Amino acid sequence: MNINLTIIGQAIAFFFFVLFCMKYVWPPLTAALDERKKKIAEGLDAAERAERDLRLAQEKAADDMRASKEEAAAIIEQANKRANQIVEEAKGQAREEANRVKAAAEAEVEQQVNQAKEALRAQVAALAIAGAEKILEAAVDEKAHAQLVDKLAAEL
Amino acid sequence: MASGEYTSQEYIKHHLTNLTFGNHPEEGWTFSHGETAADTAQMTKEMGFWAINVDTMLWSVGLGLFFIWLFRKVAVSATSDVPGRLQGFIEVIIEFVDENVKSVFHHKNPVIAPLALTIFVWIFLMNLMDLVPIDWIPFIFNELGVHYMKIVPTTDVNATGGLAFSVFGLIIYYSIKMKGVGGFLAELSFQPLPKIFAPFNLFLEIVGLLAKPVSLALRLFGNMYAGEMIFILIAILPFWAQWLLSVPWAIFHILVITLQAFIFMVLTVVYLAMAHEDH
Repeated sequence: MNINLTIIGQAIAFFFFVLFCMKYVWPPLTAALDERKKKIAEGLDAAERAERDLRLAQEKAADDMRASKEEAAAIIEQANKRANQIVEEAKGQAREEANRVKAAAEAEVEQQVNQAKEALRAQVAALAIAGAEKILEAAVDEKAHAQLVDKLAAEL
Repeated sequence: MASGEYTSQEYIKHHLTNLTFGNHPEEGWTFSHGETAADTAQMTKEMGFWAINVDTMLWSVGLGLFFIWLFRKVAVSATSDVPGRLQGFIEVIIEFVDENVKSVFHHKNPVIAPLALTIFVWIFLMNLMDLVPIDWIPFIFNELGVHYMKIVPTTDVNATGGLAFSVFGLIIYYSIKMKGVGGFLAELSFQPLPKIFAPFNLFLEIVGLLAKPVSLALRLFGNMYAGEMIFILIAILPFWAQWLLSVPWAIFHILVITLQAFIFMVLTVVYLAMAHEDH
């Protein structure tokens, strides 16, 4: 093992290799590594954020669904109530109408009965007078006996 | 193995001899050569400091270039979206190094992490050459007329020393930069014993300081040299028995080469973290 110039040659070669490595090898490689590290961190971050957004969206969707269901139920209930109300109103109106028609019919019947009674009374009075005339065979003063005949007719 | 031509001793020596180009006192600038590996080693020794292990430089720089080519290729097309297989693999290494650096080094310094990455991957690649069957590449070079070729740069103490003393330089640089010359000297002189023992402390601490690069260099060198030696010894066995030992040793060695690269990296980061800390 002789120590000779080789030792200096080696030192010089070593110096240049280190210099080259320091300038042209190490920085780009570590830069790539650092950048990838950053990218991965960002990716994980984004994934986490997306997951959180998804969870929020799901919750919101569920809320909306529940609200819609409640609203729909309320509308149906209101509609049912309204329908019942309309039916009740219709029933009421029909009943009133029927009553009214019945009352009108009754009134007409009564009126006709009264008319018939009047007519009958008048005919009875005339018949009574004619009967009395025949019985008496004499003219009776219609005016003098009208009061009597009316009284008779009223008693009928 | 080429046992027909060499004795076992020659074979081992041959495998442990670098291809060296240097300034010989008598022959001038030339490749080390000789009748035997021992002669070649002797010639290399005579060249002294002014010689260069061509095989070590070739393989280490080649592997270093492969490292920066591969990582640069991925870095250019790096995407922060889904990564491809290659990018994923490179990212695993980057994150592994980055985590280790962050757990030890708490100051802000853009040099440390790329430094650790370079050390880890480069040393790992150099160690990995140990798993290439030891005769293949030397055989090819031998056919081409190059007789010595050690393909594992980390079995050359110059390679590990070059790394370790570069780290040592950084330790000194950052110690002075963070604490000033006075602060650094104070740190060396005023502990562990009280201030009266300053010269003794200084001596102790300087020894400790110098032990850091030496231990870094020798730990890696020793482990890889020993591992290589075992592969060479296994290669001396008859060819039909080699796999019985070389396969388990190679599998175990996968652990060793990774661990040694890792240890070198972690200790470098620890030493530099200590250099940054103010006591």
